[in-house]
Amino acid sequence: MADEFPKTPLLDELEKGAWPSFVSEIKMAAKRNAASRDLLGLLERSYREKIGHWKHGGIVGVLGYGGGVIGRYCDVPEEFPNVSHFHTIRVNQPSGWYYSTSALRKICDIWERHGSGLTNMHGSTGDIILLGTRTDELEPTFSELTEVGFDLGGSGSDVRTPSCCLGKSRCEWACYDTMALTYDLTKSFQDELHRPAFPYKFKFKMSGCPNDCVASVARADISIIGTWRDDIRIDHDAVMEYAEKGLDIQKHVVNFCPGKCMEWTGKKLTIDNSTCRHCMHCLNLMPKALRPGKDQGAVVLIGSKAPIIEGALLSSVLIPFWNPQPPYSDLKDLVGRIWDLWCEEGKNRERIGEFIQRVGMGNFLEMIGVEPIAEMVAHPRENPYVFYEEYLVEDDGEEEEGQN
Amino acid sequence: MPEPTKKRITDIGPPHYEQFLPPAVKANYGKWLYHEFVRPGVLMHASETGDKLYTVRAGGSRLMSIDKIRMICDLADKYCEGYLRFTSRHNIEFMLTDPSKIDALIADLAKLGHPVGGTGRSITSIVHTQGWIHCHSAATDASGIVKAVMDGVIEHFQNEDLPAKCRIALACCLNMCGAVHCSDIAILGVHRRPPMIDHASLKKTCEIPNVSASCPTAAIRPGVVNGFESVVVEEDRCMFCANCYTVCPSMKLNDPLNDGVSIWVGGKVSNARHEPMFSKLAIPYIPNNPPRWPEVVDAITNIIDVWKANARLNERLGEWIERVGWPRFFQLTGIQFEKLHIDDFKHAGLTFKRSAHLMY
Repeated sequence: MADEFPKTPLLDELEKGAWPSFVSEIKMAAKRNAASRDLLGLLERSYREKIGHWKHGGIVGVLGYGGGVIGRYCDVPEEFPNVSHFHTIRVNQPSGWYYSTSALRKICDIWERHGSGLTNMHGSTGDIILLGTRTDELEPTFSELTEVGFDLGGSGSDVRTPSCCLGKSRCEWACYDTMALTYDLTKSFQDELHRPAFPYKFKFKMSGCPNDCVASVARADISIIGTWRDDIRIDHDAVMEYAEKGLDIQKHVVNFCPGKCMEWTGKKLTIDNSTCRHCMHCLNLMPKALRPGKDQGAVVLIGSKAPIIEGALLSSVLIPFWNPQPPYSDLKDLVGRIWDLWCEEGKNRERIGEFIQRVGMGNFLEMIGVEPIAEMVAHPRENPYVFYEEYLVEDDGEEEEGQN
Repeated sequence: MPEPTKKRITDIGPPHYEQFLPPAVKANYGKWLYHEFVRPGVLMHASETGDKLYTVRAGGSRLMSIDKIRMICDLADKYCEGYLRFTSRHNIEFMLTDPSKIDALIADLAKLGHPVGGTGRSITSIVHTQGWIHCHSAATDASGIVKAVMDGVIEHFQNEDLPAKCRIALACCLNMCGAVHCSDIAILGVHRRPPMIDHASLKKTCEIPNVSASCPTAAIRPGVVNGFESVVVEEDRCMFCANCYTVCPSMKLNDPLNDGVSIWVGGKVSNARHEPMFSKLAIPYIPNNPPRWPEVVDAITNIIDVWKANARLNERLGEWIERVGWPRFFQLTGIQFEKLHIDDFKHAGLTFKRSAHLMY
């Protein structure tokens, strides 16, 4: 079967149109690779039958690691023997997804020798995904990857491969060095990343500014979003330049300011920074004229996740302003306290956000030793069912404390 | 398990990023002043050193062969001193210091079949999951729908012609490896049939208490079926999350007759203007119709057309809907509002209209 190209009339339809075609990519690999040829045949069958043909799970990996490889077996191996095993290897990407062509070519060469020749650049979490190989190829692939300086990413109930926006490398808005922090955290948490020991997955995502280009607020257990505390820096000449080039500053900048903290006279822009929400809209529209202030750092938020199991959550504020300085010990200590608690008290497959929902944010803060502050809530509670923790009892005129 | 190789290296982590930075990026790290949109797909970043860096952003399919990666490397060698990067949304970025080479690079990319765009007020590449390519729980394919949708909206990738940026994402089941739940437009694979339980295998492959506990609506309880110790599902309570299938292979939900996709709109992750928002349900179900899912493509182009025709400049899809109200969204898009649009999970009451702020 796999010696010749399968007929794929349905998939061929996806080679039409102007957008790059993944079918053409599989066909390119299939010229030299039997697994990719069988993948074409199997996928055509899925398109015909409207159902996938992969079995549930399968625990495989490299020696000494519990994560980094997603086991996958085809449910019709007799028909498609070359994808009977089709395991995925997650390779930890460099911060910011920058590559030299020589490094990328090395990965391609390794994958030519040991796998399907198909990749994802990149997977959702950020890893380089090497898509599809056999169990006996895992260890040799890993060995060659580490020889050229690459290591596996996370999978399962462990620290997932941290990822970040490109930060200070090519963006004027980055309020801290996202790539440096990501590299440092990844190196510091190698054991937690490679050997799953948590109730469930744990993700770090680093964004350099509130535009949040890596969607950290929606999908990271710890979201670190750059911001500043002092005044937005204004270049008034550059503001005028934007106005002269046709930007309607009143209509498109000032009127959209959520803090209503800007005034434009037609000649001068003023900002009441005390009610600036650091949303980025005005900076986005006039990058040459407006810059973040100089007192830069990050907001640390906790607990976002997709719906499974108890519903989707956005991250919420844990530290309103953090000054990230290597070796970032303050953050690592805090994360250590969170992990200790969660590993002890968390239920199987309970993300930290769900854990906080279950035990209560107030209790959670108390257990990790963080003071509750007003920045952590959108507003105080609306319901009067308060768990008052202490009450007074009468005793010979002296008041004693009781506890419920 | 094979024997360990002689010299085994572990826990080295990723290579340090610095060795992969183009010289102009390395020299101006942390020194960038501002950027300009040169034209769709081309950015110019200016540094306080006086350097200018031009970035050409090319759309890519997330699934790439090593052959294609090598071709892309050839272009990076030819134009960019042997460096390139990828974006968080599967785009490929080429960074040049000499703007006179931009046209030639774009022409070479076109020969490889890669359009340039995705900057500013545009649609950029769709982030997505594995689908039928690699996943056991997929309710739909991922790459196929994404290809068909991008073919349908490519003019908005190549032109900055929308009110604001529009981020589309696809997840092939509710596990949402792609975390699509805060996207301007989310395509979400859904199951619609309660688990088809393999009673004969369940006790052998799964822990019954774990299976029961996995259900967020407590619809699963232990029971004896056809003489097998197994579980029973109260079907009225199943909302097809498939968490039971994740913990137990005997609880299969995949079903070609009932699987399909739902469409969600109005989410965002950026803090610009409005705070981050979840996407909300627009279309509860569209049957799988491979290879090109024309009904999904039509639904998405319709939503984009209506948004483009009605929104103010700067308004993301969700911001526009918030200003004009959901009734008008349904009216203008012609999408039928129905019972399934009304939330009935936790905190559903917070999503009801709790005021007289209505538009007529």
